[in-house]
Amino acid sequence: MTAPNPIAVTGAPLLRVEHLTMRFGGLVAVNDVSFTALNREITAIIGPNGAGKTTLFNCLTGFYSPTVGRLTLRHPDGREFLLERMPGYVISQKAAVARTFQNIRLFSGMSILENLLVAQHNKLQRASAWSIAGLLGLPGYRRAEKEAIDLASYWLDRVKLLEYADWQAGNLPYGAQRRLEIARAMCTEPVLLCLDEPAAGLNPRESAELSELLRFIRDEHKIGVLLIEHDMSVVMTISDHVVVLDYGRKIADGTPEVVKNDPAVIRAYLGEEEDEELPEIVARDLGVDGSEGHRTGEGT
Amino acid sequence: MEYFLQQLINGLTLGAIYGLIAIGYTMVYGIIGMINFAHGEIYMIGAFVSVITFLVLGALGITWVPLALALMLIFAMLFTSVYGWTVERIAYRPLRGSQRLAPLISAIGMSIFLQNYVQVLQGARVKPLPPIVSGGFSVMERADGFVVSLSYLQIFIILLTVALMYGFTQLIQRTELGRAQRACEQDKVMAGLLGVNVDRTISLTFVMGAALAAVAGMMVTLYYGVIDFYIGFLAGVKAFTAAVLGGIGSLPGAMLGGLCIGLIEAFWSAYFTTEYKDVAAFSILVLVLIFRPTGLLGRPEIEKV
Amino acid sequence: MTALPLSRSRGIQWSAVLREAGLTAFVAFLLTVPLVGLRTVDRPTGLTIDARFDEVLVAVFLVFIGRLGLGLIREGQALLVLVLALLATGVGIVAPLPTQVLEVILVGGGLVIAIRATVTLVTNRSTLSQAERDKRMDVVAAKVQHASRWLAPIGIGFALIFPFLPFADRHLIDIGILLLTYIMLGWGLNIVVGLAGLLDLGYVAFYAVGAYSYALLATIFGWSFWVCLPLAGLFAALSGVLLGFPVLRLRGDYFAIVTLGFGEIIRIVLLNWYEFTGGPNGIIGIPRPTFFGIADFTRTPTDGMPAFHELFGLPFSSLQRIIFLYYVILVLALIVNVFTLRVRKLPLGRAWEALREDDIASASLGINRTNAKLAAFAIAAMFGGFAGSFFATRQGFISPESFTFIESAIILAIVVLGGMGSQLGVVIATFLVIGLPEVFRELEQYRMLAFGAGMVLIMLWRPRGLLAHRDPTVTLGGARKAPSGPGSAAAGGVS
Repeated sequence: MTAPNPIAVTGAPLLRVEHLTMRFGGLVAVNDVSFTALNREITAIIGPNGAGKTTLFNCLTGFYSPTVGRLTLRHPDGREFLLERMPGYVISQKAAVARTFQNIRLFSGMSILENLLVAQHNKLQRASAWSIAGLLGLPGYRRAEKEAIDLASYWLDRVKLLEYADWQAGNLPYGAQRRLEIARAMCTEPVLLCLDEPAAGLNPRESAELSELLRFIRDEHKIGVLLIEHDMSVVMTISDHVVVLDYGRKIADGTPEVVKNDPAVIRAYLGEEEDEELPEIVARDLGVDGSEGHRTGEGT
Repeated sequence: MEYFLQQLINGLTLGAIYGLIAIGYTMVYGIIGMINFAHGEIYMIGAFVSVITFLVLGALGITWVPLALALMLIFAMLFTSVYGWTVERIAYRPLRGSQRLAPLISAIGMSIFLQNYVQVLQGARVKPLPPIVSGGFSVMERADGFVVSLSYLQIFIILLTVALMYGFTQLIQRTELGRAQRACEQDKVMAGLLGVNVDRTISLTFVMGAALAAVAGMMVTLYYGVIDFYIGFLAGVKAFTAAVLGGIGSLPGAMLGGLCIGLIEAFWSAYFTTEYKDVAAFSILVLVLIFRPTGLLGRPEIEKV
Repeated sequence: MTALPLSRSRGIQWSAVLREAGLTAFVAFLLTVPLVGLRTVDRPTGLTIDARFDEVLVAVFLVFIGRLGLGLIREGQALLVLVLALLATGVGIVAPLPTQVLEVILVGGGLVIAIRATVTLVTNRSTLSQAERDKRMDVVAAKVQHASRWLAPIGIGFALIFPFLPFADRHLIDIGILLLTYIMLGWGLNIVVGLAGLLDLGYVAFYAVGAYSYALLATIFGWSFWVCLPLAGLFAALSGVLLGFPVLRLRGDYFAIVTLGFGEIIRIVLLNWYEFTGGPNGIIGIPRPTFFGIADFTRTPTDGMPAFHELFGLPFSSLQRIIFLYYVILVLALIVNVFTLRVRKLPLGRAWEALREDDIASASLGINRTNAKLAAFAIAAMFGGFAGSFFATRQGFISPESFTFIESAIILAIVVLGGMGSQLGVVIATFLVIGLPEVFRELEQYRMLAFGAGMVLIMLWRPRGLLAHRDPTVTLGGARKAPSGPGSAAAGGVS
């Protein structure tokens, strides 16, 4: 079903989504979607508003249990997890899937460092022997906490927030909050990172930095990234593989070049009017020039 | 069978009273999302105002029952709504928009204040009242002499409740005020931008809730003949249970929930033990919240991520 | 040129101020006519009514004057108001008035308005917005919180020597025990409400379970306090798990009302289960604690145990047991405090705070929400159980009357008024909520009235509690200091 460009195959299959369907009463938010995301790749999921992207994420991370379908996560070491059968917290704990949220969900009253330590909860909880060793102040726990702080510092340095570590998370400017949320997700040491519109509300410079960060995560930490994004400049430059949803269905799947010239995609974004010029801004975002869009329009 | 019928009648009467109080909870929860903890006290004040009105009428020599009842109703509703309005104005409005615990604590404080206010002013003792409306029909009689009776008072309570419910539904569905109220329920900021006076709408919600609670207070006074300053707490919790059972935010739900609680209580007292009738009501609350948190008529809520 | 600049117009808008005062007075009239003006009185002939319209008039007049004063202060006439208010106070003191209540109201009301006017004159406070005022208070709260580093040892030191201070008589030590019991309960509930953000309105249920566990174990099996104390805590924790498990996934307000329901269910069961709990009569003759099972505090112990005063060569005094009880509750309370301070720095404590801040994000980070909340619930219940069995052994008598909803409300008020999550806040709030009414014990019937009004007023003044300030549990000590003032003011802002 998926036909990724051979050149783009840099990793083994990481996530296999098969016939995923999610219904809310009469509304079918996700309708029979299948695709595969590979390890060490950035897979972008795009589509107009209401296409079912966030619902797909919520199924993946256990907030909804899908009506139909199978979600298989295959770790690089060969272990397999059926995500649709796991409650949300186990997906993060055992299957090592981390996510961010469309409207940022930080622990805004806590400090930035604390946010990142919460992300290492399960590791630290074991080290503190479910609080007993921690209450007694045993050295084993203190060592584990120091390591956790080191990991947090590493990621804070990465997202350029190290000097703000003791600030309250809610006091950070918007762009920094987005970065912090990614750092927090990475502190869970995931094999798959799911980002829900990480570039929303960022200025062009911040978007460029975000792209840089995501490339770094893919190349240096060798994990898979799943990305919901509306900012086409980000999607088209960093994605290895793009999946397009519209009205809950998958309408295209392939490399950015293949997808952005796909007539069905252009139709989904622009509607079916034949005599309409492609608005300049959309054309730029999609990376096609207006005349090409126009021609495709005529072709249908 | 006869016994069952009798309990059905008793339960419906009781349920009508709970339902009227529950509407106050459900409307306030619907519009500002808080549990108006002092609402039970408002109902208690309604009961006291109706006792006082009755005594004043007696002193003035007005003893024609229909007139006395009408005046009691009017005065109880009037004075009690002023209490409802004041409580909102003093204790809740300044806290709108602060963290969710603040109004709740303020409401608990208000509830304690009103309880003791009435206790200090009117005394802690139980206030007995002679029956005002007596007599009734005997619906049927069992062989062993057990009579199923339907008193005039019970008819009065049920009819009044039905009438109020009808009027109230019309008010919410047909009038400008009702529309403003429903708009505020959806989105207060947007309603305000569109010219709805949000503060006034919320105030009026409290006034309406208080007026209905006053009616319930008056019914209880007539029905049981004894009241004290402490009746608000238990009735309040049970009425809230009714509101939750029916689906909080839903007006017919509140009435339905009230009837359910009334019936459960009546049958439980009749067939099991009186002592544990409150446990029954609370257990229902717990079970409903666990298995059907949206209540009988509430809209399901999807966890937004 | 012709238009007057608004800020310069010094003319008082009398009509507006008077109308507002008049309206408020009219509302006061409607409020007071039925309940203040007409009192129901029991007479042998039945219920009758007494008219007290003089009091209505006084109340309406006072409200009118008070509102007028506030209105004028807002109009910039603070000096005038100050003079008038002082005059009213003087009249209240000098002139003979029909009732004492009236005198109190006149003097008190005059003073309050005078103080308000003075504050306005001195600080120009009325020009500040509510938010600005709140921020200023936040800075003060942060300072007090930081001061707790040296305040806490001083406080604990004072608490340790308190029973031996010359002025500490039996009455004061009893009050000390009472305060410490509520401080312990407040600290216990703080784990659930302040840290985990779960609004528990039925905390008294665990207090009751602890008290009855000890009372029953001690009276039926004759076990000693020191054996029963951990058992009582265990039972309370178990009941916490049993009650908590089904309800923990409920949303905030629903959770609150269900815990209230549970609290009432337990009380009703205690009230009606005669064979086991003695029903409304409660349990009497609960054994007093011994000196760790070594010695007894009675003059002549009956069961072969040596008497405390003989063992230590002291003259017999009934105060010895009271002092011992004082130290028991002090140690118990400090255990709760140390636990909370330590657990906040552990993954479990951080998970609680994370759940309070955003439970969906917590789940996405692999935190098992149910287990974490259940742990908070059970631990708090255990501490409540300890406090309960202490209460039982101190009183020697318990009945369901001690475990009504109002107790839960008081403990919750202590936590929230103090500023959620703040340990020092609990102490301060306990002194306000329990200590202050204890001082005014004679005004029995006005005590709870003032308590309710005080709760409302403190919430209006400081919606997030007196000491709403949170310091990070771990710092990196990085280059930049956290911003002070408005920035850190958002701390503890639990949605």
